[in-house]
Amino acid sequence: MISIVDYGAGNLTSVQRAVSHLGYESLITDDPDRIARGDRIIFPGVGAAGSAMEVMRARGIDQAMEEVFKKGNPMLGICVGCQIVMERSDENSAVCLGLIPGYARMFSGKMKDHFGQRLKVPHMGWNGFSPKTEHRLLDGIGPTDEFYFVHSYFPEPAAPENIFGTTLYGVEFASAVGRDNLFATQFHLEKSGRPGLLILKNFCVWEP
Amino acid sequence: MLSKRIIPCLDVREGRTTKGIKFENNVDIGDPVEMAKFYYEAGADELVFYDITASHERRDIMIDVVKRVAETIFIPFSVGGGIRTLQDMRTVLLAGAEKVSVNSAAVKNPDIISQGAKAFGSQCVVLGMDVKHVGNKPGIPSGYEIVINGGRTYMGMDALEWALRGQELGAGEICLNSIDADGTKTGYELNLTRLVSENVNIPVIASGGAGTPGHISDVLIEGRADAALIASMVHYGTYTISLIKEHLHEQGIKVRRA
Repeated sequence: MISIVDYGAGNLTSVQRAVSHLGYESLITDDPDRIARGDRIIFPGVGAAGSAMEVMRARGIDQAMEEVFKKGNPMLGICVGCQIVMERSDENSAVCLGLIPGYARMFSGKMKDHFGQRLKVPHMGWNGFSPKTEHRLLDGIGPTDEFYFVHSYFPEPAAPENIFGTTLYGVEFASAVGRDNLFATQFHLEKSGRPGLLILKNFCVWEP
Repeated sequence: MLSKRIIPCLDVREGRTTKGIKFENNVDIGDPVEMAKFYYEAGADELVFYDITASHERRDIMIDVVKRVAETIFIPFSVGGGIRTLQDMRTVLLAGAEKVSVNSAAVKNPDIISQGAKAFGSQCVVLGMDVKHVGNKPGIPSGYEIVINGGRTYMGMDALEWALRGQELGAGEICLNSIDADGTKTGYELNLTRLVSENVNIPVIASGGAGTPGHISDVLIEGRADAALIASMVHYGTYTISLIKEHLHEQGIKVRRA
């Protein structure tokens, strides 16, 4: 059974629908015991890292997540889930889970594209992805695959080995990060069509 | 770099799409869920459902459609038409839509934009604008006026000012529909689209007038739009999404090749 962690950061049913479309059962839960006991966990979410962390701490979910990480069970973060695995976020200087050394940064509002047009923040829409490493979850992902993004912050791991793939938007930023049994994408796997579902499917059978 | 988005729009009345479509491959041309699946597989980047059900009492039928679409396609889609309250927005988003579009309700009560943005995030709130060219008219400095009721009622609001106000209130995106161009198949209203796109910081979806792939490249390049809404040019099988994207790619426009 896959646990989808509910930490008050948006509508989680779209992730659950995608998982069930792939033929896997899941449970949306905010119960730290259930999360700690889960075979594999997904933590999606939209919104602010700071308020997500507040909810996590209030409900004891942060400790459950650390437990799952130490146990070595597969963990998948999506969107805000990809930011809260860092040590801190620039968003209200929030202290995060610290599973990956580094910070979540905000896009500058002054970025321009190569035609000199101002790039809009949030970064919203379909964009490319360059894998930086071979990884079980990226099996079958090709150079032309694109993913759906909606975000103003992005993870900035301190160590290059924690960067699994990058995307260009004014800057080249880490759009997939991880280590050991943890994988996290800044893009929405549940809204990215075929390649998104493929990564999700790879996660459902991943044995790190 | 972001890809420009191609977004088919489906008009739904009481659970059925209203325009007949000459699809092959046994697609039920009246079933919005089947059409959504067809466009999802054909490489659409996003979908828009516009509920034109006349009575508020029949809204549950649309919610059922939204739920079934959400189980079938895994790209973003928005729902508009008849959204009047925060509760209407919540119902549509919980049913599985990524975004909700407000149009005349926002004209009458702009606070619904800020309330929606606060409750669900700006990325969920699309400001739909119906616009007519009025030229030199007092109180309308841009020459473009906001209309409602399918263009029958002039609201005395300047389109550019309303777009900027909507952005300030927290809209995450603007769907800009030219009533003059709508249904003509002679091309988007490029001046209007460029005017709004160059002045707001949120993405602009151009709507109304698409007849050929060339119209789409025009509005994405000259009109500076971030996305293009299309309807009859794909509904009637005249063009496919992949053919349109092939054209855009040849024009040097970055598109997602699904």
